Formats: sequence, C-alpha cells, structure tokens
Amino acid sequence: MYVAVKGGERAIDNAHAWLAEERRGDKKVPELSVDQIREQLSLAINRVMAEGSLYDPDLAALAIKQSRGDLIEAIFLIRAYRTTLPRFGYSEPIETSKMACDRRISATFKDLPGGQVLGPTFDYTHRLLDFKLAADGEIPDAPNKQANQENVPHVAEFLNNEGLIQQETRSDATPPDLTREPLELPADRALRLQALTRADEGFTLGMAYSSQRGYARNHAFVGELRIGAVAVEIDVPELGFAIEIGEITVTECETVNQFQGSKTEPAQFTRGYGLVFGQTERKAISMALVDRALRWEELGEDDLGAPVQDAEFVLYHSDNIQATGFLEHIKLPHYVDFQAELELVRNLRKTAFESQKMEAAE
Amino acid sequence: MSEQAYNFAYLDEQTKRMIRRAILKGLAIPGYQVPFASREMPMPYGWGTGGVQVSAATLTPDDVFKVIDQGADDTTNAVSIRKFFEKTADVKTTTNTKAASVIQTRHRIPEDELGDDQILVYQVPIPEPLRFLEPRETETRKMHALEEYGLMHVKLYEDISKNGRIATSYAYPVKVEDRYVMDPSPIPKFDNPKMEMSAIQLFGAGREQRIYALPPYTKVVSLDFEDHPFDPSRAPHCCSICGASDSYLDEVIINDDGGRMFVCSDTDYCERRVAEGHTGVQVSGDAA
Repeated sequence: MYVAVKGGERAIDNAHAWLAEERRGDKKVPELSVDQIREQLSLAINRVMAEGSLYDPDLAALAIKQSRGDLIEAIFLIRAYRTTLPRFGYSEPIETSKMACDRRISATFKDLPGGQVLGPTFDYTHRLLDFKLAADGEIPDAPNKQANQENVPHVAEFLNNEGLIQQETRSDATPPDLTREPLELPADRALRLQALTRADEGFTLGMAYSSQRGYARNHAFVGELRIGAVAVEIDVPELGFAIEIGEITVTECETVNQFQGSKTEPAQFTRGYGLVFGQTERKAISMALVDRALRWEELGEDDLGAPVQDAEFVLYHSDNIQATGFLEHIKLPHYVDFQAELELVRNLRKTAFESQKMEAAE
Repeated sequence: MSEQAYNFAYLDEQTKRMIRRAILKGLAIPGYQVPFASREMPMPYGWGTGGVQVSAATLTPDDVFKVIDQGADDTTNAVSIRKFFEKTADVKTTTNTKAASVIQTRHRIPEDELGDDQILVYQVPIPEPLRFLEPRETETRKMHALEEYGLMHVKLYEDISKNGRIATSYAYPVKVEDRYVMDPSPIPKFDNPKMEMSAIQLFGAGREQRIYALPPYTKVVSLDFEDHPFDPSRAPHCCSICGASDSYLDEVIINDDGGRMFVCSDTDYCERRVAEGHTGVQVSGDAA
C-alpha cells in the first residue's frame, strides 16, 4: 500500500551530512584553511565580496570553503549574513584620486601624470599551463620599487579641462539604498550603479559584450582603470570631523565614449563608470560599459531597443542571488499545480476526441 | 548557525516594522501589491522568502506555527521552513490545521475551514497576475492604477475560443472587492472559492519585493464569463486512503504499468479522517 511519503526531515539531515563529507573530500588530503583560501584564491574572494556587497576577506574565504568553491553559493552566504548586520552609519564618499594604486592604466594616453602602472595582472601572460605549480608553488620574490606617494589625477579630468568630455552634474543628494528600499523604476544613475556593482559578473560581462558587438553599439575606450587601496572615512557627530576607520581595495574604471552630439549638446566625449570592491577589473570595465549604455535617455540618444539600453531588463535580471533562487526553485515539488494541469490536459483531450468522433459519425 | 546571535524570528525589529507597515497597507487596500524592501534570507529567493519574511513579522512567542507545501507538512521545503522558525523563534509548531494560529503555505489552502483567529501566509513566486501578458513592471503598475484589465479578459476569451474552456488550472486570477485583479499564488483553482474566508490572508513575494493581503470576509471573485462560469475542478475520484470525495487529490504513480491512485494533498486532513475511522478503496495496478 502506498503510504504518504514521510521522513522528509531525516532525508534532509542525511543529505546535509553527506554534503559536509563531500565538501571535505578525501581526508588523506590536508584540509584547506580559510587563510589559504584568502591568500591564494584572492580573486575569488574579491568576486564574493563585490557581489555579496560585504567587504570582509575572511568571511568571504569562509563562505568559499563552506560552498565548496561555488562562488554564487558563497555570495549567497555573504548576502544572508550581511542583511542581519546593524547599520552604524554611512561613510563619506571614498576619494579614488587619493588611491594607493597597485595598477593604473590608461588606454587613451601613452603617458600621463601618475604614470602607467601594470601591477599584478594576467595581461600579457601566455596562457600556458604552468606544470611547475603542480609540483611546488615556490616563487622568487618580485622586484620592488617605492610606491608613488602623490595623488593620481583622473584621466577624465584632463579632457574635462578642455571641455571635451561631458560634465557630470554634482549632487549632494543622499543616494537611494538598494538594500533598504525596494527597487522601483525609473531608477536614477546612482541606483543603477549600485545595482550594477553587486550584479553578477557573467551577466554584466554579457550585457557589456552585446553593446560592443552592435546591440546599441557605443565604442568605449578605457580612459582609465585603477586598482588600489582607499581610505574609508566616517563622520563622527561627537567629534565634528571624519575619521578613517579602515581601508578597502577597489577597482575603478572610467570609459571614454564617443558622442555625436545632439540638438542641445555639441559633439564631445561621454563616460561610463564602474567601481567594484577588490581587484575585479573584468567586472568594473563591464559595469562602465553597461552604465554608459543605460544613459541613452539622459544623453538624448536613440532607443535602439537593445537589451543593454533597457534599465528594467538589466536591473531586474542582474542579481545572481535572485536569479539562481528563482531558477532553482523549480526543483521544489510542484505536484499540486502539475495535477491541476494534468486534469486540464486530460479534459481538453477528451473534448477533442469526442468532437472528432462526432464528426466521424456524421 | 549560532541562532542566539539572531533576533526573535531572525529579522531585526526595524525590518519587521517595515514589513508590518507593508502588511497593514496591504490589508487597507485589498489586492494591491505593496512594494517592500525584501531582505536576503538564509534560504534562496523563490523558496518562500516572501512568506518567511511575512511570517517572521507576524509571529509572536505565543503563536503556534504550521507550514505546508503542496498541502503536506512533511515535504522537504516545509520541513526546512518549520525548522527555521523552531530554531530562530522557538515557537510551538504543529501539523494540525485547527491548532495553528499562523499557517505558512505554498500552493494550497488547507481543506479545513480557517477561523477568524488564524492567519494564512502564502508564498508567492510572481505576484503580478498580468506579468505573463506584459513583462514590464512599469506597464503593469499603470494597468492596475487605471483598472485596465482588458488584456486579461482577452486572454481568457482566447482560451475559450481555442480550447472551449479557460485553460488556466492554477494561479487562476481573481478580482478583489471589484477593484484589483490579484494572483492567488499558484494554488489550484479548486482552492479559489475558499479565499472568501474568516482568516486573514497575507501574501509575500520576496524576490519580487511585494506584499499583498486579503482582510477577513473580502469579496474574491475568480474571473470568468457569464456563459463560461468559473469551474473549480478536481480529479473525479475519491482519496484512496481516507475516502474523501471533497478534497483536492494528488495523483501517485504506483507501478511500472502506469497504475495510479489518488490521495489527499492535505496530509493533516487525510490523517485526521483516517483516525476518525474513514477508509478509502485501494486501487491495485489498474489505470484508474
């Protein structure tokens, strides 16, 4: 006799025990420490911090370990933790022109004040598997040089001085907070940038790529890409001035895009902007391209019907935690709705067969 | 998880207050979708985070909590959500529909009639009944504001002209108090008539950041046409376990030859009937 399936609870507990065992893998192989993950998988850490919207390399490392290296799962762990944290206050805007740059390149000028600094990049490496790494990971020390102590001005400012690039309007308005208010459209640029900086890297890359390939094409130059540490300052009301509470590494990308001019504006350059936690340059460049594409309305460009121009499309589908949750929920039981569909299809078929029979009889 | 580190029912009080405001607004405007700042929960979006947040904002330490998924208390996700609140809110839980003060559900309304001291919390995947007719939120909000529901009626009419009947079997749209067209969540249309009830009904859509509500005794009408009245159909069988002929049935495949049996989807209802001495007819092998 069929008995209604019991034991869901035991099944869940057992599945989780198995999961823990699989996560650990072969016990003869030494266990990964959180420190090892933080130090040696730092780009994974950066992605988890960026899309998890929480700057904490140790927690990101723990999340990666717990998620068996599934980065979206790790991002999810971080988001779920982040949402429980109280808000003590809001920092002052970070000053990226005072960044201690590890990397700073411009594709638009051969040389410029502050210099070109390649930094720790995969660019120009030949993508050949390094089998030596499989044997031992010992490396010689890299050459050192005293870091540049000067402020590093933004490339866009040089163009700005000539009036060649569109001026961004300054605003002291408090930006909306995506994590505290529901996303409602139309979304202003501050809100769009907020959504993009935590957006899925793959989605943002795909959207940016589509704009390069001709869906609302807007050719972008990397005016500047910089990666480095910036101070985070917070205003303490009791003190009456801002104090530095820590340092974060961010990637900032400013693209310079052509703009043909419109009825009201002469031809000039415009910009797209990307700012992301950690060393995450693929994401920052993608973000800048998508940001620029979404500005078509404000710049008086045509709506070409391209996905990347559609703020509702981009913003509603860029969050991988929302997307993966909804996608994967179809694994949950749906037999009640399916039963309703079964009855419906059976009835529709019955009606169809009956009318066929009637026709045949006539 | 060190559950002591979290507030009662997981969410902090500020967040619960924000959700309660949305619930009250929803109750004041029945059927209207209230945007709320949905939080990331420790379970995935699409797995009941809206319902969980509404339950978290609704539960008090004295509540007795029941969770069902597909009508059953022991489906895996129902177990998971029940455990979550046992851990974070330390509330009493039950599988007995009549003993529960708050019931969180996915895809069903319990067979037992609910009373005015009960709250039914629905998990909602897509709160917008017009979504599959118009993908843009900016457009659908306008359509609701203008009470512009022609598109929905055209869709239902096209169903009839193509299939001879309305080909929607679950998440069947309803009109609330002659004003808002509302998605009842993916309950089978069999459950639609039960929505005019004496309990409070709250709907939470976490990923879509919407809450809506039906106060007790709200008028809820399933959309139809005069010459094609709404038909809350169910499988034309009795439950093989308890013999009920008035409950919503799940079809269970019992052998390789496609033999099937039908059992109540509401496990609590079925178990109580068996305890009361009702029996069903076991079908063996033959395709029912």
